[in-house]
Amino acid sequence: MNRGASATIATEREVRADFPILRERTSRGKPLTYLDSAATSQKPQVVIDALDRYYREYNANIHRGVYEIAARATDAFEEARAKVARFLNAAEPAEIIWTRNTTEAINLVAWSWGGANLHAGDVILISELEHHSNLVPWQLLAERTGAQLRFIPVDERGELMLGNLDRLLEGCALVAITHVSNTLGTILPIAEIVARAHAAGAIVLVDGAQAAPHLAVDVRALDLDFYALSAHKMLGPTGIGILYGKRALLEAMPPFLSGGDMIRSVSYERSTFNELPWKFEAGTSNIADAIAFGTAIDYLEAYGMGNVRSHERALLAYAYERLAPLEERGLAIYGPHDVDRSSGVISMNFADIHAHDLASILDTEGVCIRAGHHCTMPLMGRLDVAATARASFYIYNDRNDVDALVAGLEKAATIFRIS
Amino acid sequence: MDDFYRDFILDHYRNPRNFGHLPAPDAVAEDRNPLCGDEMRVEIELDDAGNVSDIRFSGKGCAISQASASMLIENAKGKSLENLIALGEANVLENVGIDISPTRMKCAMLGLGVLKSAALAGLAKAHPE
Repeated sequence: MNRGASATIATEREVRADFPILRERTSRGKPLTYLDSAATSQKPQVVIDALDRYYREYNANIHRGVYEIAARATDAFEEARAKVARFLNAAEPAEIIWTRNTTEAINLVAWSWGGANLHAGDVILISELEHHSNLVPWQLLAERTGAQLRFIPVDERGELMLGNLDRLLEGCALVAITHVSNTLGTILPIAEIVARAHAAGAIVLVDGAQAAPHLAVDVRALDLDFYALSAHKMLGPTGIGILYGKRALLEAMPPFLSGGDMIRSVSYERSTFNELPWKFEAGTSNIADAIAFGTAIDYLEAYGMGNVRSHERALLAYAYERLAPLEERGLAIYGPHDVDRSSGVISMNFADIHAHDLASILDTEGVCIRAGHHCTMPLMGRLDVAATARASFYIYNDRNDVDALVAGLEKAATIFRIS
Repeated sequence: MDDFYRDFILDHYRNPRNFGHLPAPDAVAEDRNPLCGDEMRVEIELDDAGNVSDIRFSGKGCAISQASASMLIENAKGKSLENLIALGEANVLENVGIDISPTRMKCAMLGLGVLKSAALAGLAKAHPE
């Protein structure tokens, strides 16, 4: 694809050619139909090359070497941070903290901000849609501080019920909520939730793990206090993610992990801490993966986040159309079932076929989907299902992938004798 | 893996044998597969000699876990608790009669684990020390 400043929309064929794994075949000789990008995305060749180039050409530790390759590594590492800041429209790169992933970013806020600011009786408000990563850290924080955990409810279709939001926000210090549901693909009305939370005096952390790969995110336009994301779901490597935080909040927070790189000066008795963002980055960072994440962001920006969204909307519309006949045969689709409110996710069950059996049968055709509770066990209870089968799309998927999914579902219907 | 879903497997999945609960079980065990949320409960009733006189299982899960449990438990009645404890993965695979992919072995073995736990609980009750 054209990655220049005036990039044109790449054709699907050109995009697929950028992802070497899509040329692989399964042990049964089937082409790979990868429909599990909500779990992790595939990586374009340029990202794989960026990793390789760092290790081959300028592997060195950052922020301390005086020699040339150390300076080059430091520049590339900090440039990647600046790319993330620009991608999210943060005010400055210092508001971007490297973490291992979304989960670590949320834990950073829970331990550092939560430990310093939450008191017994304060309310933490989350939703019933949350991934365990945006639930368990707050359960533990509530246990440590005596704070109270409260939930924005969802109905039996998985729709967030915002009618009582203002009452739920009473006494609330922090709202932690996902931007897009990992299980259902629902895009939440974050701007409205943030405005109402701020009006009630609460700060807001948004879990962007499922949103940042698929939607243009502007942390300043949304007035977010914290935003967390993982590189591996957006064409980047595993093991690297970020926490965005407003400078004033980050400045006032105590360090999270401590050790080297995050200090200004250390005596045997005490230490003073580095400035932002390094105050929160103890020890040698994941340099290679941060740099390669910067390359993934270049790729996404060249493709255009608006184009990501329109591509996924078109695929989703096509998938709904192709799946409609199966709905008459017992296929149940959970979530909004609406391209305007859905990211590229289809969560489903087919008649009495368990999601794991469905995934196993699809696997025999090279179709990779996720089956299970998707780390949202309480939500499964709300939907009254034990598990769902989830297909999720990204820029490298096309109509052939949807056709392969439908063919796999037809095969499952035949095996399970569903008429 | 698609070879797995043979008619007798689907029959055990849709019409599991010995499914439900006993009025007064002598031993009970439960487990769940945390990855997929499958749940299973096994209840055992013992006769005066300490052998298994009746057995039920309940829960929800995939065809592999439910059919494997149904077939395993169908053969468990009349056996001694020691015999049940000595059951192994080979017994499950023998019932199923076909290879199970490594990713689904946990499903197939869920019932085995719970049955053995219930048998151990029964043994502890039969021989309190």
